[in-house]
Amino acid sequence: MLTFTIRRLLISIPTLLFISLVIFLLLNLAPNDPMAQVPLTVPPEVKEKMREALGLGQPLYIQFAKWLMQFFWIEPQVLVDHYFGTTFSEGDLRVISWQTRSPVMDIVIQRIPQTLWVVGMSYVVGILIALPIGIYSAYRHYSVFDQAGTFITMIGYSIPPFFTGPLVIVIFAVQLGWLPSTYDTLHQVIDWDSFVVQLQQMVLPVMVLALQTTAQISRYMRASMLDNLNQDYVRTARAKGLSEWTVVMVHVLRNSMIPVVTVIALGLPAIFGGAIITEQIFKVNGIGQQLIGAIYANDLPTVQTLTFIFAFLIVFFNLIADILYGLLDPRIRYD
Amino acid sequence: MTNTAEPLPQQPARSKWRDVWDQFSKHKGALIGGIIFFTIVLLVMVGPWVWPFEANEVNIRLRNQNPSWAHPFGTDQLGRDTFARMIAGGQTSISVGIAAMALSLTLGTLIGVAAGYYRRLDGFLMRFTDLFLSLPILPVLLVMMLLFREPLSEAYGPENGMFVLIVVSIGITSWMPTARIVRGDVIALKEREFVLAARSIGTKDRQIILRHILPNVLSPILVSATLGIANAIITESALSFLGLGFPPDFPTWGRLLNDAVNYLQLYPERVLWPGLAISLTVLSINYLGDGLRDAMDPRIRGR
Repeated sequence: MLTFTIRRLLISIPTLLFISLVIFLLLNLAPNDPMAQVPLTVPPEVKEKMREALGLGQPLYIQFAKWLMQFFWIEPQVLVDHYFGTTFSEGDLRVISWQTRSPVMDIVIQRIPQTLWVVGMSYVVGILIALPIGIYSAYRHYSVFDQAGTFITMIGYSIPPFFTGPLVIVIFAVQLGWLPSTYDTLHQVIDWDSFVVQLQQMVLPVMVLALQTTAQISRYMRASMLDNLNQDYVRTARAKGLSEWTVVMVHVLRNSMIPVVTVIALGLPAIFGGAIITEQIFKVNGIGQQLIGAIYANDLPTVQTLTFIFAFLIVFFNLIADILYGLLDPRIRYD
Repeated sequence: MTNTAEPLPQQPARSKWRDVWDQFSKHKGALIGGIIFFTIVLLVMVGPWVWPFEANEVNIRLRNQNPSWAHPFGTDQLGRDTFARMIAGGQTSISVGIAAMALSLTLGTLIGVAAGYYRRLDGFLMRFTDLFLSLPILPVLLVMMLLFREPLSEAYGPENGMFVLIVVSIGITSWMPTARIVRGDVIALKEREFVLAARSIGTKDRQIILRHILPNVLSPILVSATLGIANAIITESALSFLGLGFPPDFPTWGRLLNDAVNYLQLYPERVLWPGLAISLTVLSINYLGDGLRDAMDPRIRGR
């Protein structure tokens, strides 16, 4: 298991490097001029200087090496400096956003809490709803509950967040007026009342994202439970005289959770991607909205860094899913 | 002496497709889904010939009308008939869906067959697939839209350029699941006796693939085709919704939804039509795919 983990870790390094290269080349070889927005009255030599100031004058491989160095060597140093008060990164050039002229990672750090709160909470809520639905509809296979559950998960699959988002805004914010339609990031939780306000503004985005999660995970849970419910060990457990609750909730559930846990791990990065749209609808200023803003503003360093962060999350959670699979299921051996 | 002659079959042999159809028509959801999907396609394709209004016909006197007999879905802020725009939008969305699905299926099948049939290519192609699976799809798509929109618009005109760009980018970011499924099936099929028999009489690789392998992997390909259309429609709508898809005067369902969101406070019902159209189409396709999967699977068929 340890060898497998180490080997997978080593494989993910070239994968990540290659992905960052692909993103870099995509951004830099595209027929696109970051100076296109500069007025025509600016003389060419000044434009050339501006280009150099953005680090665009050098050959591509130097630009790429510089980005790698800044992202993998200098940014961690900045993090260490921030926590321990050391001065490793003093005077080093960081990845600078063209839009705000401040380090990209600083903005990312400012925005990640909002994304994590909304996305993380929705994922937790989604899983908490999905698991019981999946278990019960597998246990009562082909019952009314099962049919209804399948229909609802199909709907959850099919209705994209950019429709459910406006829909819940129309219903709960415009018509009923119960909940705010946008997420106020500046809101601070200091007492019970402000906590309630925070909860209220989180309900809608969390609901929209959780619908997607619930649809996917309850389907997997149901399929996995169905696979296990007809196994011999279940009959044995019943024959021993164990209570139905113990049989289903302990014996079957534990075995069915193995694939579901890995699906949960695999789904996490995808939910970050889905959050781009949800953040846009509810005006949550998380990293998804930062990416959209950077794309509109042609801010290539920010786009490159954020896309790479998303890719990193995918590779990382794939790794976690593989390892979890091996840990949870003793039948699976990678060596 | 025993009589080894088998009794002659009383009924003519049933074809595989007959069995598939029988199973498929038993799945009510799939049948209804199929009917709804083909109705939508028909409506969208025939609609412009029948409906009296043009999608881009501006009539500023009739702006922001509520639904009426002349305009069943009302009119928008420029007095354009919403129903006509929905039809035009559906035409774009569904064509994008079908074209992108065709591209992604072709790519996926090619790579899947190549990786499964030729052992030398397998390692490389599967690493390549894994790499594409690790790309964050939506951000990469957004980046591609940002970067290639203007050059392609200049080359092919704003609408065609965007169509090509969206179809190609969705196609090349969604072939991976098909490739994996096809590869797995091809590896299993390659070791079967009929392939060995074909090879022993000197059939060329190309002929083996076309005659013996491809027809046998048709069912997973068909299932991914249906899911591919649904996926492509959602992705296109998402891009248009974020304002990075087709140009503003060119309606698609995602674009209409985006326009409607701007008038959310005043005319909340406008969000409903494009949203419902997208969801209904995708839902019906998903049911269709579900039924197809069951019908194509010989283990489930006949139960």
